[in-house]
Amino acid sequence: MKLELQGITKVFGSLVANDHIDLVVEPGEIHALLGENGAGKSTLMNVLYGLYDPDDGQILLDGSPATFKGPGDAVSAGIGMVHQHFMLVPVFTVAESVALGYEPTGAGGVLRLEEARRRVREISDRFGFQVDPDARIEDLPVGVQQRVEIIKALSRDAQVLILDEPTAVLTPQETDELIRIMRELKESGTSIVFITHKLREVRAIADRITVIRRGTVVGEASPTSTETELASLMVGRSVSLTVDKEPAQPGEATFEVENLSVVAPNGTVLVDDISFDVRAGEILCVAGVQGNGQTELAEVILGIEEPDSGSVRLDGEDLLGKGVKERLRSGIGFVPEDRSTDGVVSSFSIAENLVLDLYDTQPFARGVSMSPAKVTANAEQRTEEFDVRYTSVHDPISTLSGGNAQKVVLAREMSRPLRLLVASQPTRGLDVGSIEFVHRRVVAERDRGTPVIIVSTELDEVLGLADRIAVMYRGRIVGIVDAKGEDGAPVNRDVLGLMMAGVPLEDAQRQAAEHHSVLGAADLGDDGPRPAAEGETRHTSAEGETRHTSAPASTEERP
Amino acid sequence: MSDQTPGHTPERPDAGEEQSVAATPPGETGGPTVREQERPGVLQQILGGSALMSVLAVVLALFIGGLLIAFADEDTREAATYFFARPLDTISAGWTAMAEAYVAMFRGSVFDWQAATFAGAVKPLTESMVFAIPLILAGLGIAVGFRAGLFNIGAQGQIIVGAIVAAWLGFAFDLPPVIHLLVAILGGAIGGAVWGGIPGVLKARFGANEVIVTIMLNYIAVYLISYILKQPGFNPGRTGQRSPAVSPDATYPLLVPQWLWPDNGFRLHWGFVVAILATVFVWWLMERSTVGFQIRAVGANPAAARTAGMSVGRITVITMVVAGALAGLAATGQVLGTERSLTAGVAASFGFDAITVALLGRSRPWGTFFAGLLFGALKAGGFLMQSLTSTPIDIVLVVQSLIVLFIAAPPLVRTVFRLPDPDRRRRRKAGPGTTPQEATA
Repeated sequence: MKLELQGITKVFGSLVANDHIDLVVEPGEIHALLGENGAGKSTLMNVLYGLYDPDDGQILLDGSPATFKGPGDAVSAGIGMVHQHFMLVPVFTVAESVALGYEPTGAGGVLRLEEARRRVREISDRFGFQVDPDARIEDLPVGVQQRVEIIKALSRDAQVLILDEPTAVLTPQETDELIRIMRELKESGTSIVFITHKLREVRAIADRITVIRRGTVVGEASPTSTETELASLMVGRSVSLTVDKEPAQPGEATFEVENLSVVAPNGTVLVDDISFDVRAGEILCVAGVQGNGQTELAEVILGIEEPDSGSVRLDGEDLLGKGVKERLRSGIGFVPEDRSTDGVVSSFSIAENLVLDLYDTQPFARGVSMSPAKVTANAEQRTEEFDVRYTSVHDPISTLSGGNAQKVVLAREMSRPLRLLVASQPTRGLDVGSIEFVHRRVVAERDRGTPVIIVSTELDEVLGLADRIAVMYRGRIVGIVDAKGEDGAPVNRDVLGLMMAGVPLEDAQRQAAEHHSVLGAADLGDDGPRPAAEGETRHTSAEGETRHTSAPASTEERP
Repeated sequence: MSDQTPGHTPERPDAGEEQSVAATPPGETGGPTVREQERPGVLQQILGGSALMSVLAVVLALFIGGLLIAFADEDTREAATYFFARPLDTISAGWTAMAEAYVAMFRGSVFDWQAATFAGAVKPLTESMVFAIPLILAGLGIAVGFRAGLFNIGAQGQIIVGAIVAAWLGFAFDLPPVIHLLVAILGGAIGGAVWGGIPGVLKARFGANEVIVTIMLNYIAVYLISYILKQPGFNPGRTGQRSPAVSPDATYPLLVPQWLWPDNGFRLHWGFVVAILATVFVWWLMERSTVGFQIRAVGANPAAARTAGMSVGRITVITMVVAGALAGLAATGQVLGTERSLTAGVAASFGFDAITVALLGRSRPWGTFFAGLLFGALKAGGFLMQSLTSTPIDIVLVVQSLIVLFIAAPPLVRTVFRLPDPDRRRRRKAGPGTTPQEATA
């Protein structure tokens, strides 16, 4: 089915989310929609999926206009969508999930689950999904849950499949598997609209790339463009994808974690007996797919979560048993993973958010009485220093963009003299400009001699920032590797990817030498001296080849 | 997520969207710790509204109340029997009924131009203020709770306990003037604070839901007061209805003394000054003190407050103690000022009306103050309305309920008055529907 969007416009108040966007998706093509967060990609797809009414423009299916009053219309017209956050009921089985919404019924309205099971098996076999129709959703790994979503869309005869940031929750190997599936679907004639802001993936699989910036189409690009070209198109100016930093000058190990374990009330081991240290003036990146214990580790360091065993020491003194307030004030800077939940109070003003931790200390308060003038003065100074763009420091922080809000959090956490900086996902959801800024600040803090822990799920960020990398998988540290080997060459990203799937370091190195991932292949022919482009040295035989590393992906199946 | 209906809050597209909260391999790591969703979304929405919305809600409620008055009116109904012959009769009869009722209400609550003396003409306003005292004070208590994200339904019980303590200190002791009053006031505040502190501690220590606990404590307080009124010391007339009168030393003096304005007949007492002072105090507490900063932070985002080193439990207790103390002060307005003894019905429905007052005042101190005045006026005016017109006083309750209803449904009011939706550009909080993390949790 050929899909055409003509002049789609969607306005929210004074914000023009989509400004006369034209898009043509040919049958059987993988069309990437590339743009930064906030560029209007999701809005456009929500219009296409019938969730929003466009203010102007029309949708053409095979040349004839179509209007969608809701997702139901879109689905029956052959459009399927896999949301970034899956729409699955955790206690349902795969077959029940797929049946949900179009339940096949027999006489008297009895649900014919067998029919749904058959559909799941049929689609699963056809595309090699390896999904058991009777498995419960909550027991499935994320990558498989995503396949269930795809099956769901396909079972309704979707001819155009929209994938909204599908790789955000996947390991690199699961991403490879997804890419394989996307190719299979393409072979069978399904068109795919692939929404992302990850340049590497776009180059690996897209047939055509449409770049959106601030609600308008700024251009089409071919998959052969370099990442730097794509990034510049996406951001609207030339960008540097590298993190400029001097080699670390690490000192003593001032922060030590020993045999740390965290067990959830239900008995699940969240952090499993981990030990590591961080030296003054070095950045340790904790890499891993979301939900492998990194969050809990960071929370234990801050004191929000109590460990069940182990010790955490800063400058030789035990942190456990101290309150959050005490730890913060003794010199721990903490940038939480989820800014809007843990980092800021969105209804508070920028100025108030900047003193969220020190509100009752001099000079912001005397006794119990606060001094608004001092709070304002502090805000003006900090926002200047951290280049926060705002209208007034008394505006709620929710009026700021993600990047500026994150700068506020950084400004707050770095305004105290620090003995340790812990930042979780410091650049998640930020635009390229803000990412550069945040990285520069983090490196500056390191160069001041502070031990820094960065928790990140983005391999590019890990490779760009880290001096050492600890990879976590299911609560354990799979291994700690130096970001640069003895020969000065950066660590292979395939090795890290395999470690993120739980493969021990030596095995990972061996496997990485044998196979080459799709994304690794996309590195080839790149121009820029990018820290992530190191795979090239090992990819000499992989010219144009697109084999995927099947072994780790299949170990991701149900244990 | 269904289709986009007008008035439905559209999420801000894409902007501020994070690919956050990615799913965890479920069943394997057990997922990240589930954070308690302590933020009542409805509360946020109600408190986020503007003063304009409050005013419009009142206007709309009065209008619908007027329609009900018209329908309830005998003449209107009679005229309605031949509505299709002469529709104007019905409309004019209805209009007359409504106008008469509201005019009577105005005369009963603000200014009675038909009174013989000027004092008599102004008296309705002072009556409104008398009724407003407990509403304002208890409303402030509820408002402080709202700001901390706590649904304190227990003002009723806190008023009762405060009243018991204040009345007992008032009639059972003999202390010098002024001091006796201050002791009784303080006792009332402490009584309320203790009753309010219980759910605070239970929530902070054991996670008990404050709504359930405060409702149950209301029942306990109601039976506590009937029990106490049967005790010999509290029950001189053996009726079990009324305690001995509070010593004159322990009562609030009249605000307009007889020597200043003879025969004014006003019941208005210094409790009103206490209400004003409490309003100023609450403003300072919330906007200028470190405690208020924490209360607001905890109320708006407990997770961020905790991450910033605040103790959510401690703030919960403090908030409930402050709320209870304010409700206790409301009680002193009754037992030390208006009624001057403890009666079984001392709390009337002040504790529940106070919730409405706080909602109408958007939990802001001065908003609550004026909302309390309005509700005091409705109460005072209702009496004259009932005696002068055939309109039952219950219509006042209907109007109050409608006000709450409209405040709780801002989109409805916006639709009626064709106002734009201010939330349109609010940042999107969660993606379409829940994240898998929440779903699997």
